[in-house]
Amino acid sequence: MSRLRAALTPYALIFPGGLWLAIFFVVPMIVMLSLSLQSGSVEDGYAFTFNWHSYADGLANYHDQIIRSLLYGLASTVLQIVIGFPVAYWIAFKGGRHKSVYLFLLLLPFLVSFVLRTISWQFLLSDNGILLGPLKDIGLLPEGFRVLATPFAVIGGLAYNFLPFMVLPMYVALERIDPRVLEAAQDLYASRFQTFLRVVLPLSLPGVFAGVLMTFVPATSDYVNASVLGGTNTTMIGNVIQNQYLVTQDYPTASALSFTLMALLLVGIFAYARALGTDDVLEVAAR
Amino acid sequence: MNHPYRQDPAILRGMTQRRLGRRDAFRLAGLSAAGLALAACGVQGKGTARPTSSAQVQSEVEKFWSGKAKNGHVNFANWPLYMDPKKPELKEFTKRTGITVTYKEVIQETTSWYAKIQPQLAAGQSIDYDLMVFTNSVQLTQLIKLGYLVPLDHDRLPNFTKNVGARYTQESFDPGNVFTVPWASGMTGIAYNPKYIDTPPTSYSALWDPKYKGKVGMMADSQEIANFAMFALGIDPDKSTPADWEKAAAKLTEQRDSGIVRKYYDQSYIDPLAKGDIWICQAWSGDIFQKNLSDGTDLKFVIPQEGATIWTDNFMIPRTAANPVDAIALIDFFYEPDIAGSLAEYINYVTPVPAARDAILADAAKASGADKKTLQMIADSPLVFPSDDDYAKLRTYVTFDNSEEHKKFESIFQPITTS
Repeated sequence: MSRLRAALTPYALIFPGGLWLAIFFVVPMIVMLSLSLQSGSVEDGYAFTFNWHSYADGLANYHDQIIRSLLYGLASTVLQIVIGFPVAYWIAFKGGRHKSVYLFLLLLPFLVSFVLRTISWQFLLSDNGILLGPLKDIGLLPEGFRVLATPFAVIGGLAYNFLPFMVLPMYVALERIDPRVLEAAQDLYASRFQTFLRVVLPLSLPGVFAGVLMTFVPATSDYVNASVLGGTNTTMIGNVIQNQYLVTQDYPTASALSFTLMALLLVGIFAYARALGTDDVLEVAAR
Repeated sequence: MNHPYRQDPAILRGMTQRRLGRRDAFRLAGLSAAGLALAACGVQGKGTARPTSSAQVQSEVEKFWSGKAKNGHVNFANWPLYMDPKKPELKEFTKRTGITVTYKEVIQETTSWYAKIQPQLAAGQSIDYDLMVFTNSVQLTQLIKLGYLVPLDHDRLPNFTKNVGARYTQESFDPGNVFTVPWASGMTGIAYNPKYIDTPPTSYSALWDPKYKGKVGMMADSQEIANFAMFALGIDPDKSTPADWEKAAAKLTEQRDSGIVRKYYDQSYIDPLAKGDIWICQAWSGDIFQKNLSDGTDLKFVIPQEGATIWTDNFMIPRTAANPVDAIALIDFFYEPDIAGSLAEYINYVTPVPAARDAILADAAKASGADKKTLQMIADSPLVFPSDDDYAKLRTYVTFDNSEEHKKFESIFQPITTS
């Protein structure tokens, strides 16, 4: 009996999560894959016809938005590394006994709804608002200058919204570095810069990798920032997909675009993992 | 343009109020609902032939209504801020008929509400409501086409037959009111911030004026931008052809590419307009009215000389309603002039009941001071009781015969806003 129980335990443990994934991830994925290959309309019904045209049409009509999304995702990820790495470094090595306080402060804005935080940027960066208004008044900025409704606002919003997902994995990786390793580097006459470059940085890369994975993917497929902070010619592929589902109700094209995006992201991630020299992507990400 | 209130209707109670918050947040939330809809709509077609002859309609009506009885209760789904919170009209209805009403303000946006109810209706399940108010739209046309709405028995609508304004029986999305009767109408026009714009715009061309470069807000809705471009080009949207759409799209693309448009907004255009991020934009009159009222702003709303679009929110009974007899009684109740008048006094929308004006004037005679003045203004407002001349300038949205046509329309206009 006890042996049977022992044998079943792992399955019992995986069961809730597995069921969750099966119902809310695997099933919708299959439905969507099937939809992407169907043709028809809401009224006449959809029939499975191996309609690969949805993919071709989607790419032909929306390649601009796909490329833009990848660029915005990339730009925001780079911005997050530039902003986030020093933060993670500082908390990990200089945070002292207040580390958890700093981490909490970093996460504090995330107790506020994602959409609300993005909308608050509209208020902050308004053309005559509390930031730009005074700068224009003293003549530092031209009257027609604006941040909102530009690509910079969208990229900035993306970077802002996903920043903790970048900082936390980097922090974990940096925090784990054994101080004795750093002492050893100094004992061997490495300068502080060399220590950083040849010891700290390589050891932090798994964290950077995990951070990129957790921010690049959602940033690329995001549609909230573009719709709230963007203007004309800043539409991302997420907005297009949303429109195709809700407005045009062209479900096959929307599904095909979703899969195209997913395929591109997967290819990108594996290429990135290869370039970084980590073959086992998932293991690194889980660390 | 010589009507005394035309130039400055924002101060009037007689404004049409488009409900706040209809589009923005719910559009974001709507995606998950659409995901659920997918599972249900992936398989078979739901289209049914719309009855064409009056005999056909009559037989459909008889088929549905025979054997249906009053149950003493009705569940009513409506948009927020579309009735006095104290519900005086519903209380009166219960007093007179004994039918109780559960009133829920659950409809926030056309697309998301459609996405929510479509799978349930497709499965023949109840949507928990016997009566709902829904805007004329592609989604409404689909509800009709898919056979999800009850054909209305006009014998049960004596007040409607007697009191409805003639033009509301000819609406292009449902001629003859086979499936829908109007609840209220409103208009889409131009709003501007007088802090930045001195001369009131009178024409659609103001939205193409290079001196407002980067300060013009347009709507993200394909229908709304298409209508404006067609007005600017002198085309009647409701009679437009795909060739007209191409012309309109070219005009809109030119407007976008010359940097005049700052952004394509959903309902979120109101705050940027008040803050000065945009100076002039497409607007639903009621938004401006409510913003002025709640935040003390001084935004203006104009109906351009070329005309404007009028949209109509309509009563309808879903096929799966449990209490259709009670629902249709409630519909008819709102066509009593004093009830229609009392509703219009609160919501300030165009009422489909012209006789409601006398009811409001009678109330005004009884009232005194500021109330009297307000009621008098509502009765005189062209935005609640448009004159024939006003109506002559108002056009309805493009109605699509089939989803192919709608797809074509969207494929022409969506690339403009989703560039």
